Amino acid sequence: MAGRTLYDKIWDAHVVSQDPGGESVIYIDLHLIHEVTTPQAFAGLRAAHRGVRRPDRTLAVADHNVPTESQALGVAAVADEEARLQLETLARNVADAGIEFFPMGDPRNGIVHVVGPEQGRTQPGMTIVCGDSHTSTHGAFGALAQGIGTSEVEHVLATQTLRQLKSKNMRVTFTGAPAPGVGAKDFALAMIGEIGTAGGTGCVIEYAGEAVRALSMEGRMTLCNMTIEGGARGGLVAPDETTFAYMAGRPSAPKGGAWELALAHWRTLFSDPDAEFDKEVVIDVSRLAPMVTWGTSPEDVTPVTGRVPDPAALGEARAQQVRRMLDYMGLEPGQPIADARIDRVFIGSCTNSRIEDLRAAADVARRATERGRRVADHVRAMVVPGSGLVKEQAEIEGLDEVFRRAGFDWREPGCSMCLGMNPDRLAPGERCASTSNRNFEGRQGRGGRTHLMSPAMAAAAAIAGHIVDARKFL
Amino acid sequence: MRPFTDLHAKAAPLPMANLDTDQIIPKQFLKTVEREGLGKGLFYDLRFDAAGHPKPGFVLNDPRYAGAGILVAGDNFGCGSSREHAAWALEDFGIRCVIAPSFADIFYGNCFQNGLLPIALPEADVRVLMDEAKGGNHVFSVDLASQTVTAPSGRLFRFEIDPARKEKLLQGLDSIGETLQHAAEIDVFEMRQALGQPWLERA
Repeated sequence: MAGRTLYDKIWDAHVVSQDPGGESVIYIDLHLIHEVTTPQAFAGLRAAHRGVRRPDRTLAVADHNVPTESQALGVAAVADEEARLQLETLARNVADAGIEFFPMGDPRNGIVHVVGPEQGRTQPGMTIVCGDSHTSTHGAFGALAQGIGTSEVEHVLATQTLRQLKSKNMRVTFTGAPAPGVGAKDFALAMIGEIGTAGGTGCVIEYAGEAVRALSMEGRMTLCNMTIEGGARGGLVAPDETTFAYMAGRPSAPKGGAWELALAHWRTLFSDPDAEFDKEVVIDVSRLAPMVTWGTSPEDVTPVTGRVPDPAALGEARAQQVRRMLDYMGLEPGQPIADARIDRVFIGSCTNSRIEDLRAAADVARRATERGRRVADHVRAMVVPGSGLVKEQAEIEGLDEVFRRAGFDWREPGCSMCLGMNPDRLAPGERCASTSNRNFEGRQGRGGRTHLMSPAMAAAAAIAGHIVDARKFL
Repeated sequence: MRPFTDLHAKAAPLPMANLDTDQIIPKQFLKTVEREGLGKGLFYDLRFDAAGHPKPGFVLNDPRYAGAGILVAGDNFGCGSSREHAAWALEDFGIRCVIAPSFADIFYGNCFQNGLLPIALPEADVRVLMDEAKGGNHVFSVDLASQTVTAPSGRLFRFEIDPARKEKLLQGLDSIGETLQHAAEIDVFEMRQALGQPWLERA
């Protein structure tokens, strides 16, 4: 019998039962919830007189709708009536069900995919779901973590299980060592550029190779976070010493004898050497430059040293698509991407709002300040930490001061301008250098133009006033 | 859930690839605590201009496609955000079937929770259907039991679908009720896990 992949192992360990039709009932170890994708699920439970099976395996945060200022006021800080109702509904639902909840203003609150790992609720070998496609983030710990729809949220609340067909196994191996200034975000964008936004459809992707081993947990979370932009619902990195060192001492991580037991189990979580993958991709990161998107899909990516495509050089179907995108993005065919003048900068989101991301951006800001430069006059740049605890840590390190001195706006935690569901959003036509995960039309605000890139690249763009190679600031 | 057995309806062609769920239902419509009424936000930025006036060029604003129950779209339909609001908006608008060369996984699964049938067909077949849909006022027939789509010209296309999902859609089954039939097995799983992985139990 061939060996098993890490995905196979986690899957096998969680099968409660298998239907003759092929669907399996999979046990869910951790269910993360937030205000936007749960109200209809709780309403459904009530209508059917069903309860929450495992409130102790559920954790709630408020992140999508929250404004990134005045959070100490609590829900009163939310001007939008509908958003407020949604937040109040969540608070009522979790109180009724006895689910742990970090409300707005609590330092432990923040973006759901930052909070889970930070609290040690996210652990290797777990099955994790959340009504949010970027749940793939938690795969960085070797957990099978997937985004689900609201009906599935209701299903998990009621049964602590999910009905699912098993996915295929795909492996992406990142070889080599990256050049300075190239990191996890660039790995992710380069991969999506190569496989396309549907390249991982139907698969769970395991990330392997020395370049992944060398990544910090923050870097691995960035990489796994972007997995869904490549079409795969889950991304995985086998846990190792880096993982265990991150886990140790977290509030909900096992302690004492339980830690030793857990560790022994976690060390079994890897793909067997003879395991077979349905699909394999290898990417040499030593050849990568910092990456930037130019279009309205995360697969439309170029090295920062490159040019926007020219539709004239493309086949008709693709040319039509590219023309539409360039028109929306306000770019000229064939122009160097680094010529694109920006209006806004957003450093944050579940992709890039952790302490290491803020350090990388602050490093660029600090170097710029030392050379007498600051955020370009025509640019509004905001930095939004991923959680209250990330914010506190950054302030202990003085990063807030570094950002402020350089002309960045230092905000309170939340999803912020990643998806424009709160007051932070782009005006029509505004061009944004963004560390978030989606450059879809209208994602950051109707008519907004998003270029995805790493935190260092976004900080550098803020200073230069246009897209620029961050390595010039190192 | 409303069962899906068969459908006889006009089909609206939307020849765009990667129609993501942000485009299907933009963020401003996600602040609701209801499932109903989302049809007004369906494809909002494609359907309406900044002033809120219908864009005449958009297929769902074209009177010839009024009442369309089927959407024929490009590759990777429903990619991006997991928001089930996308399925709710389509359903609320009156779309009960989407035909495309491929679908993103989460959206595809969400359809089956809402009596919506996603049909994946080879690109060449989708192109034929797209062409036949042009001009509107033609009736397409979809039959789930026989897994077929019949175009107005009479051309017949067979599609694949997971048998368990098909059955649930045909009967309009609630999957929670189905899973709760396994409650005893879930109990056993939890007991076994509590013994084998005690660190997962929170004090």
